[in-house]
Parts: sequence; C-alpha cells; structure tokens
Amino acid sequence: MAQRPGALTMGRALGRGAALGLLVLLGAPLAAIFLRAGGASLPGAADWAALRFTLTQAALSALVSVLLAIPVARALARRRFAGRRLLVSLTGAPFILPVIVAVMGLLAVFGTQGLVNRLLGPLGLGPYRIYGLHGVVIAHVFFNMPLATRMILQGWQAIPAERFRLAAQLDLPPRMIFRLLEAPMLRQVIPGALAAIFAICLASFAVALILGGGPRATTVELAIYQAFLFDFDLGRAAMLALMQTLLVAGAAMVALMVTRMEGSGAGLDRLLPRWDAPGGWRRSYDALCLCLATVFLLAPVLAVAAAGVTGMRDLPATIWPAMGNSVVVALASALTTTLLALALAAGQSRLIQGIGLLPLALSPLVLGTGYFLIVNPVMIPGRLALPVTVLVNTLMALPFCLRMLAPAYERVESDYGRLSDQLGLRGIARLRWLTLPRLAGPLGFTAGLAGALSMGDLGVITLFGSPGQETLPLLMFRLMGSYRSDAASAAGLILLLLSFGIFWVFDRGGRGRHA
Amino acid sequence: MKHLALAAGCLIAGHAAAQTSQTPPEELPVLNVYTYDSFTPDWGPGPAIAAAFEETCDCDVVFTPAGDGAALLSRLRLEGARSQADVVVGLDTSLMGAAKATGLFAETDVTADYDLPQTWTDTTFVPFDWGYFAFVGNEGADLPTSFRALADSDTSIVIQDPRSSTPGLGLLLWVKAAYGDEAPAIWDALSDNIVTVTPGWSEAYGMFLEGEADMVLSYTTSPAYHVIAEDDASKVAVPFEEGNYLQIEVAAKLAATDQPALADAFLQFLTGSEAQAILPTTNWMYPAVMPDEGLPPAFDQIVDPSKALLMSPDDAEAIRATALDEWRNALAR
Repeated sequence: MAQRPGALTMGRALGRGAALGLLVLLGAPLAAIFLRAGGASLPGAADWAALRFTLTQAALSALVSVLLAIPVARALARRRFAGRRLLVSLTGAPFILPVIVAVMGLLAVFGTQGLVNRLLGPLGLGPYRIYGLHGVVIAHVFFNMPLATRMILQGWQAIPAERFRLAAQLDLPPRMIFRLLEAPMLRQVIPGALAAIFAICLASFAVALILGGGPRATTVELAIYQAFLFDFDLGRAAMLALMQTLLVAGAAMVALMVTRMEGSGAGLDRLLPRWDAPGGWRRSYDALCLCLATVFLLAPVLAVAAAGVTGMRDLPATIWPAMGNSVVVALASALTTTLLALALAAGQSRLIQGIGLLPLALSPLVLGTGYFLIVNPVMIPGRLALPVTVLVNTLMALPFCLRMLAPAYERVESDYGRLSDQLGLRGIARLRWLTLPRLAGPLGFTAGLAGALSMGDLGVITLFGSPGQETLPLLMFRLMGSYRSDAASAAGLILLLLSFGIFWVFDRGGRGRHA
Repeated sequence: MKHLALAAGCLIAGHAAAQTSQTPPEELPVLNVYTYDSFTPDWGPGPAIAAAFEETCDCDVVFTPAGDGAALLSRLRLEGARSQADVVVGLDTSLMGAAKATGLFAETDVTADYDLPQTWTDTTFVPFDWGYFAFVGNEGADLPTSFRALADSDTSIVIQDPRSSTPGLGLLLWVKAAYGDEAPAIWDALSDNIVTVTPGWSEAYGMFLEGEADMVLSYTTSPAYHVIAEDDASKVAVPFEEGNYLQIEVAAKLAATDQPALADAFLQFLTGSEAQAILPTTNWMYPAVMPDEGLPPAFDQIVDPSKALLMSPDDAEAIRATALDEWRNALAR
C-alpha cells in the first residue's frame, strides 16, 4: 500500500506481535514436554499407519465438505426467502456441538436403529452400516460443512451487489456470471476453507475411532492420547504432536500460496434483490440443495434435542454452577479469540495467517499437558483450571475465526485502504471509523463462533480437574460415565441451547443490516 | 464493545469465586484425595464417604477428580513429588504395575478381612471394591456364553479401545489370560462381531443403550444399576465359560504426603463397613469387605469365584505391548 518502505503501520506491527505471542503460546508447551521427556522417541510402524489414515480421512473430509458447501452457499447467496437468516444460523449448529453429542445425534439418524435404516428396512434395503471410512467422512462433513458454507457465503456476499445488478442489466447467463464474478471469488475463499477443515479433521480422535469402526481408524491424535495416558511416553507424544503441527503447517502454506487476494471493488453495501438469480430449473435446484443440506444438518441435532427433553428432571443441582462456569469460559474465550484474531488479521501477511492456523494441529491434550508442566513448579495447576481452559479454547477457536476475519480484513484494506491512507486515517481512528464498522459482521460471527466452540469443548479441564470447577461438557461426560444417560442427554440439550444462544446473540449483534 | 466489557467482568468475577471456594473455612488439616471422575459427583460415593470420615478425623477431605484411572496415574506422574495428593483412590490391578514402578506410592499397614475372589498380599495398594468385566445384553435375547460362541454367532458387540480405556485394557488382558497364544485367533474370529471400538466406557455403553449393538463390554454389576436406580430388569450380564476377568480397584498413600497418619486412617476407613456399605449402590461395584448389612439382591454373584481370571500386575504390564499388537493386527484387517 501507499507507505514508505520499511515503515510499519500499527496494524502490521500488531499482527507481528500477535503472531509472535501465538508461537510462544504454542511452542512453550511442546518445549516443556520435550524437556520433561528428556528427548524424543521416534514414531513406530503403528504410528505411520495412523498417519496414513489420518491424512486420507482429513483430505477426503475437507474435499467433500467444501464441494457440498458450494451449491448450498450459492443458493443462500442468490435466493431471498422468509426464514433465510434463521436457516443460515441453524445450519451452523453441528459445528458447535460437543463431539460426543454430535456422534450420538448422527447415530440416531445413521445408526443400526437409526432413522435411515428404519426407512430403508420396509423398502427391503439395507441395513446400512455407517462404520468405516465413509462414516468418518459423513461425520466430518456434518461437522464442517456449516463452516465451509459460511466461509463461502461470506465470499459471495463480499462481491458488491452492484456487480450482480450490472450482470443482470447485461443479461449475462449464469455461466458467465460464474466465470466473471463467482469463480475468482471462489478461488480466493476455497483454499483457506479446505486447509482449515483439513486441519480440523487431522486432530479428530473420538469421531474417527467410533465411526471408523475399529483400530484401522486410528488417528495420530489417538496415538498421542495413548502415549500420554497409558504409556506415559511423553517423548513419543510430543514427537507425534510435532508431526501433526508440521502437517498443518504444510497444509496452511499450500493453501495460502494458491490463494489469490484481490478486492472485487467497493460497493455501497446495499442488500439488493439478486436480479441475476436464474429461474427455471436452477431455482428448483437451489431449493433442493437447501432442503437436503437442512435435513442432513438438522436431523441429528433434532434427535439430540428430543433425547434431552425427557432427562430434564434427572439433572443434578450441580448443573447451575456448571452452566455458570461454561458461560464465563465461553464469554472470556469469545473476547480473547476475537482480539487475537483481529490483531493477526491486521498483520495482513500470509505467513502470519499460516501461523494462525497452527493451533489446529496441537491437540488440547498436548497444550494442556504442556501448560500443566509449566505451571506445576510455580503453583497448583488445578487453581488455573478455568483460565487455562479459556486459553486453550481461545487457541482452538482462533484458526476458524481468523479464516473468517482475515479475508474480510484484507478486502476492507484493499477496497478502502488507499482512500484511508490519503485521508490520513491511521491507528485507533482507522480502527474505529473503517475497520470495526466494516468488519462488524465477521467480528460478530467470530465472537459467536469462539464462544460457542468454547462452550462445547471438553478441552483440558479434565486434565486440570479440581474440586468445584466443573463445566457443562464435563458434567455431561461425568453423567454419561455414571450410567445416567438420560440426564447426560438433558445436559447435552442445555449445552446445545446455550452454545447456540451465545452464537446467535453475537452473530445477530454483528450482522446488523447484513444477512 | 459492551459485550466485551461484560465478558471480561464475568471472567474476573468467576475466577475470584473459584479462588475463594478453594480454601476451607476453618484451619483443619486437609486430606487431598485424587480420584477418578465418577467418584466425586453428588450421586457418586465421594461425598458420603468424605462426610462419614470427617466425623471421625477432625479434618477436611477434598476430592480432586482427574479423568479416569489411567488419567489419574498420568496426573500423579506429571505432578511428581510436588503433588498435593495425600491419597489416590481408583487405580486398578492393570495399572498397579506401572503405578508401583513410579515409586510415588508408600507402603501402608492397613489390614482388612477382604472378600475378594483372590487373596490379597500387596502392602502398598489397598483394595476398596471390585467387579468382573462382562458383556452386558438385553434379557431374553440369545446371548452367547463364551468368546468362541460369541465369535461363531451374529451377536454384535461394542467394545472399548485398550489404548485409551481401562475396560478396553481389561478385555485385552481377559482374552490373553483365557487364551494365551491363541488370543490373536480369537480376536480374528471376533472381528466381524465388533460393531466399533470407542475411546471410553461411556460412549460404548451409550451406544449399547441406543441399540447400536446387542452387547457391550461392561461389568457384571451393571444390571444392578438398572434394577436399583431405574427399576429396569431388562439388562443382564453374561458369565463366560472361560471365566470373567477381575478388576480390583485400589487406593494408596502417596510417598510425598504431608499427612501420612491421616492418609493411613482414611485407607483404613475406606475398607471399613461404613464406607464399604456406601460403595455398591454409588460406585456400582462389589465391596472389598462385606458390609455388616450385606448387599441388595441385585448384587447376587453370577460368576463362580473359582473362574475369576486375573493376571498379576507384573505379568499384565509385561504382556500389554504384545497383546496390543496382536489386537491391532487382528482387527485392522
């Protein structure tokens, strides 16, 4: 941009500082584990097999999630109908569900006694078995398609409405609109979405094992878990964690290298009817895409909700403090994640964005253990259970939030940056008059997402477990672990409602006039 | 921005509240007990046992939950000699070998008239309850009664991963104890019965309750929960012809404790009639010492004690890696 070489704007300095801080937050726990272990032990044959499976399922999951998300995002972008906003929000629910709740929901639909098999049975088909690589991919698509849809939808909405109006005036056929307007945008958004989802799926553990149907579905994350808890081989755990980090770093680099950043030109931010939206069979096609996606994403969520209703009266009194702890953790994580993501986005550098993806690779278990080792000589780690949970949840939510925020930030800068430079709009004033208003939508979404993810994450609290510091997911897990499955389902429902509530409030607050 | 300020305020308030709740009101000596997660909730044995012991000891008992048995041992290893823990409750016979090797635990002179299927000689670890691993299914279904019959049948099972769960490890040792070198063949034959493998007990049991499988690896005492707490007699545990593998849960005193006398007193109390009477219907295991008032009928023994299988902690520790490889190779195909 228009600045003297060598001069750093405040934003860039902030970005570099935040990236450095992030590297320390990620590197320190790994270093602590290596130090404690006194070295690394090399991965064995079983670990390499786990690595192969991990890569396969993550690549497939990312590809399918993004491919399926494109038609859904396009339908959402070009159709206007009653309940559209609600649909956009509701279909985001799977992403914020705690893993085990989501697995139970998926089984209620795809399991042996599930909806699908009950429909197939009378037709003389089936039984359909979900367990296997395809089950892992279905589950990961269920989790991540909402994220992909949202990322791609945001790309669509970033194309100024005036362009689509011009296209409509020129009577461009859908093919040309795709080539001239949509394809360049997709090129900009899709690599990031692929990389983010690939990285999420790399660290999958319970989903992959349960739906994978046995030891062939072993992921690196499970190997880490085993090394920590059963073998207590810290060196091997840290080595595997490092391997995972390098994989994510590689994926992030590839994605950011093929991403082309360019502004589409500024518009007036009006939400106009899409006159270019094609009618005829394309209208039915869009409707079909939306219906299928809605059923796929909401049926398991509804199954979870229905299962939870009956158990409400079995809930223990500790549900209240657990809810309180969870809300506090969620709000704190929302705040810290948004600030950190904004600072990293302000760096406007691919390297910094790549660094921002790294936390995906480090499992909460590795981070938690590392922080535990760092804190232990100084004070009782259990005292820090909630703050460390906030920290780890912040790191875990950061990559998603950054993927939403960074492209939006760069678009603002490339569209309005030069004007602002000419006007001498810098520092806090620029943040206040340009960045924050233009980013209100993505910021709201980011905060909501971080809050909701944090709410549903079991995270490190089990490791730091201490008297009286129980979160909602932990309580749910403990209920399940004591035969109280009805009460656990009810806690799951409360968790779902709270997560969704937090997401909804922030997202609504940020979107304002944007859809 | 208002939201953000509010969030920050909540965090600070919440943190402050968490800090204050840690300190007991009076200056009584504190006995820190580390245990697994399901021991400490209101419905678990922890609160009742703590209250009963506090009446005798003039002390405060503070339970710290730390995941499951394996996570508990890892936590103690991570904390090392700096650990706050005075006593640990909830390791088991398959973790004892590894636990002993850490040197973190001290011998104790606690004695009791144990009601275990095997004689107890260890002087570091104190058994407090026990159970048999067993496959649990639905009453009325045609449930196989041996590994071979199970393998030959269409019965579907869901099991736990021995790399991440205690019951999973128990099953691994069970098959090894019953079949030795034939274990890989048994796993191979079982592979088409296994619906899936879960990371922990909760997921597997939840899946069984949802009807995903005919049977689940759990405990012989599981049906007692459904009978007593839910008035539901539809679940049955199956004794196997090969015998059922025994799990004995143990407690121990930490070598680095600053309350050695209190720790010993607690361990002695844990094996006493009062604590033992609390355990069956809160922890859903058999008591290590028969309480004075006996047991509810739902706890009737279904396994002939002469068929109890158990490897010594040293054997279990030594055989684990091999057994795990066999398991993985048989099921990964």
